[in-house]
Amino acid sequence: MTAAVQGLPAAAAAPEVVVDVRGVHYGFGRRAIFAGLDIQARRGRITAIMGPSGTGKTTLLRLITGQVAPREGTVSVFGEDVAAMPQRELFALRRRMGMLFQNGALLTDLSVFENVAFPLREHARLPESLLRNIVLTKLHAVGLRGAANLMPAELSGGMARRVALARAIVMDPEILIYDEPFVGLDPISMGMIVRLIRRMNEALGITSIVVSHDVEELGAIAHESYLLSQGKVVASGTPAELRASNLEVVRQFMEGIADGPVPFHYPAPDYVAQLLDGSAR
Amino acid sequence: MSVAGAAADGLLVGALRRIGAVAVFFFRILAQCLPALGRPRVVVHQVYNAGARSLIIIMLCGLFVGMVLGLQGHDLLARFGSEDALGVAAALGLLKELGPVVGALLFAGRAGTALTSEIGLMKATDQLTAMEIMAVDPVRLVVAPRFIGGLVALPLLVAIFNVVGLFGAQLVGVQVMGVDAGAFWSQMQAAVELDDVAEGIIKSVVFGAACSLVAVYEGFHAAPTAEGVGLATTRTVVTSSVLTLLLDYMLTAAFL
Ligand SMILES: Nc1ncnc2c1ncn2[C@@H]1O[C@H](COP(=O)(O)OP(=O)(O)OP(=O)(O)O)[C@@H](O)[C@H]1O
Ligand SMILES: [Mg+2]
Repeated sequence: MTAAVQGLPAAAAAPEVVVDVRGVHYGFGRRAIFAGLDIQARRGRITAIMGPSGTGKTTLLRLITGQVAPREGTVSVFGEDVAAMPQRELFALRRRMGMLFQNGALLTDLSVFENVAFPLREHARLPESLLRNIVLTKLHAVGLRGAANLMPAELSGGMARRVALARAIVMDPEILIYDEPFVGLDPISMGMIVRLIRRMNEALGITSIVVSHDVEELGAIAHESYLLSQGKVVASGTPAELRASNLEVVRQFMEGIADGPVPFHYPAPDYVAQLLDGSAR
Repeated sequence: MSVAGAAADGLLVGALRRIGAVAVFFFRILAQCLPALGRPRVVVHQVYNAGARSLIIIMLCGLFVGMVLGLQGHDLLARFGSEDALGVAAALGLLKELGPVVGALLFAGRAGTALTSEIGLMKATDQLTAMEIMAVDPVRLVVAPRFIGGLVALPLLVAIFNVVGLFGAQLVGVQVMGVDAGAFWSQMQAAVELDDVAEGIIKSVVFGAACSLVAVYEGFHAAPTAEGVGLATTRTVVTSSVLTLLLDYMLTAAFL
């Protein structure tokens, strides 16, 4: 992919790689999560990361945002190694990124309005009227302008996620990272979020990285997708390419079959043996 | 012997490592204290949080401690026929020891646990991580104001504790046991020196720093689960109490 750029006219070249994960190894204690992971996200594209629960998708996002450092390999964002950055530079980099957390992660002692205003208050000195307009615009975009004065405890899970999305885009980031944006949303909100992701990508050229199991929704918006399983990328390409793939792992995931190369069960001793053997747990 | 020795070594290494971690965290907080003071409203709010909410329990306990001092002091001094010195005894006992120590123990149980569980819960719900991703240092925004709040609140609480305690001692000693009110107050005024007051204030500041540091450290380093936050809260009470009594001995030895 990278070699192809050399010698070609610029117009034919794919957009530059903004997030570059190369040969990353990572694990908790002795348990390996990643063994040689390679992922590239290009400017202005929507990159989908798919994979069964527990493969380490959230962990991958933690690596990209520099919260944890890989054991081996490098993670670079805008061409710079995230793990090697001092905190000041890392914070400067993070101002160019937005992230939507799996559970929203709203600040519980601030109202919805103040949650969305939080990054602006911290990083930009804006007159109050301008700040108010920006915040209300972003809340309007997620359909929650009317909820501005509620506290996070008064929101449903789906509403909290939408507020978190408004907060993630309030600084107009260049990279936007979504951790499971579709889980627990009703079809209307889901459609709205899907359209929002696409609109921000098309209108503002935001580079998006979307982690999800939702093959259908992602297929509609992603330019490129990666399927993770057991610490590696097992398949990548456009959603259409993945769907057409006849690799067994890919078909299992796309079609939702329990038995296949990706085990549905967490590693465990033999089921019958364990039931019969009363002593061991 | 060798097994026990190895276990002791392990404990020692663990304890040293923990002390080191707390010290590093302490310097991280110190570095963020000035920026945190740039937002006086947040800090004042934390002083209110740590202070005002402990007020009732501090006043109630101060009253009882003072009343007990009045009884015990009167009983002791009566054996030497010097009941008139009750005012001095109560004042010195409260100012130098009981005020700071009992105040700090109550503070650890009331305000310290609240701090730990609040910060721990913020951690468990990813709020601290979210701040970091938004390029905001949670030590500056969450930890430092709470640390300063505790540091300021405890000496104020101790002062209130002492006043209420003296009132309690006077209540029992003068009103009930019949010590002469004039002697009670005038002897106190004559005997208590500025150094005694200073000792009490220094102790309360040190205890305030220690208890607040333990509380925010435990909260910030709690395992991000309901169980982890519960355990951290328990550790806050235990560690703060032991640390307060240990520091009290060291400070008393240094002052005498
Ligand atoms: N702090 C931790 N300590 C130990 N193991 C962890 C820790 N965090 C995650 N893990 C393990 O790492 C693996 C990957 O976790 P991660 O949260 O990245 O999965 P995920 O792909 O995001 O799953 P899901 O789709 O369910 O959100 C899991 O199997 C989990 O058991
Ligand atoms: Mg996850």
